[in-house]
Amino acid sequence: MSDASYLSLEKLTLAYGDSVAVANLDLDIRKGELIALLGPSGCGKTTTMRAIAGLLAVKSGHVRLDGADITRVPANKRAVGLMFQSYALFPHLSVYENVAFGLKLKGMRGTELDTKVQSGLKSVGLSAFANRKPAELSGGQQQRVALARSMVMEPKVLLLDEPLSNLDARLRLEMRTELQRVQKETGVTMIFVTHDQAEALALADRIVVMKSGKIEQIGSPEDIYNRPSSSFVADFVGFENIFPLENGKMKTSAGLIDLSGDVSSGAPSAAGLAWRPRMVTLGTGPFQGTVRGTSFAGDAREYLLDSSFGPIKAEVEASQPAHALGDALAFDLPVEKAAPLSRFV
Amino acid sequence: MTLRSLFIPITLLLVIAFLIGPFLIIVAASFSAGETLAFPPQGFSLRWIAKVFTVESFRASFGMSLFLAIGGTAAALVLGIPASYALSRYKLPGAEIVRTVVSAPIIVPGIIVGLALLRYIVVPFQVGITLALFLAHTALVLPYAVRVVSASLDNLRSDIEEAAVLLGSSRLGAFFRVVMPNIRGGIMSAFILGFVTSFNQVPVSLFLSGPGVRTLPVDMIAYMEIVFDPSVAALSSLLAFLSIGIVFIAERFLGFSRYV
Repeated sequence: MSDASYLSLEKLTLAYGDSVAVANLDLDIRKGELIALLGPSGCGKTTTMRAIAGLLAVKSGHVRLDGADITRVPANKRAVGLMFQSYALFPHLSVYENVAFGLKLKGMRGTELDTKVQSGLKSVGLSAFANRKPAELSGGQQQRVALARSMVMEPKVLLLDEPLSNLDARLRLEMRTELQRVQKETGVTMIFVTHDQAEALALADRIVVMKSGKIEQIGSPEDIYNRPSSSFVADFVGFENIFPLENGKMKTSAGLIDLSGDVSSGAPSAAGLAWRPRMVTLGTGPFQGTVRGTSFAGDAREYLLDSSFGPIKAEVEASQPAHALGDALAFDLPVEKAAPLSRFV
Repeated sequence: MTLRSLFIPITLLLVIAFLIGPFLIIVAASFSAGETLAFPPQGFSLRWIAKVFTVESFRASFGMSLFLAIGGTAAALVLGIPASYALSRYKLPGAEIVRTVVSAPIIVPGIIVGLALLRYIVVPFQVGITLALFLAHTALVLPYAVRVVSASLDNLRSDIEEAAVLLGSSRLGAFFRVVMPNIRGGIMSAFILGFVTSFNQVPVSLFLSGPGVRTLPVDMIAYMEIVFDPSVAALSSLLAFLSIGIVFIAERFLGFSRYV
């Protein structure tokens, strides 16, 4: 086992009955890495996670963990933890008993058990709640119990299903910090599933963007955010002006359009170009548009322009003079700022 | 007050009188000092209540009814809990058909169930009376067991079982460790409902009872055909209070009405 493949998925194919959810997926994860599986619902991210946990039978391919092939190892013998989106705490057991559940099954008893449970509760700041029932806790507290319950088992991999989606904004930041701290302190390999790009960017070491059961792009948060490889990823991370290229020209509904910069110098082999609203120049440029919509977002103002080749989204600093609905405006899509896309789907 | 505003309270009173009235009459009659079952009761005594406990056949049939109610309900739960689990957790082909078939004895009149069991099971296979009654009561209680247990399973998240498995439990272990404790109230409720249903069952038992083996309600009918003293009323009152007591305790400690 090389260090780069502590957990590896090899040609993994997963299916529900006859419908294939994940096809031929290859992925290598390093020990101690924090990976995000990012994608819209139905992309196969949760399915992949369930297969790693052993809750879903693998159709073909292999799952290897720490040097061993665990493809056919039952879920209860994998040393893989899973924090459920709903937390899945046992409602009839106290917080203490919830955390002790797995340890007792391992045969741990007496002071060893007690010490372990207490330290687990302490690490998530819930020592005072040991005797409460899950129903008597807030959502954030329940989630921390679920985290402690998984972590006391010292799993080789901890899977997290949408760990922040059920929390309000303030708790979200708290939990994010908590997860990063746990990961740093224990060095556990973490894989979390999310449909929220902001969550993935903020938390992950590496992001795996998935689409229709396949990996669309793997990269650092910076890579994914700044250098999306395909129009799908670009759209998913907030590039709102995306156009395919043909012979160095932009292909639009109004035909091929010349760009102001030299496309061939920047990205000779690009299949398309993508601009975030921020990257669009307003006020000067070779193109003409009419303001169809405008909204104020605090430090910025967003415009929706109608142009001869379709709608364009632009965003400028709020300190710039505002434009009214119906105003005619010149704009530019500067080639040097655009993200070149190697695939257009 | 106008006639119109009196209409609803009067209807209500009539309905209550119709529902509770017979029960009150029976209770009153059981304290009668007279020799025959009559209302209004003649005098007051506890002699008929005392007599109930001295009738040999009542004791035997009470034992039989108790055995059928406890045994039949337990058997129905042993069959019904796994069935409910399967119906609630898996998308099985034909699950709706199974659900309907399992509930059939609630819909089909008991007299038909009794006749069918007698004609097609008991007679052809020479099943003994006790066993026949046991099978019949199990089948009669099964729908209630499935219905009540399914209701509490549907209220229980299924991911806690997966959580238990990932913490090292087997699938079966997860069922006993995290499912059973959380549907205990539903199971107890199903048991009580099944017990009462079985205990009060007449038509099916009527068909299947035979020489020397009778359930208590059937025995009471037989007794009344020969003797018309208030002891049947006394026994009825005792049974009614027993049922009320059980349901009251169940409601108090289990929140029975949530499941039924």
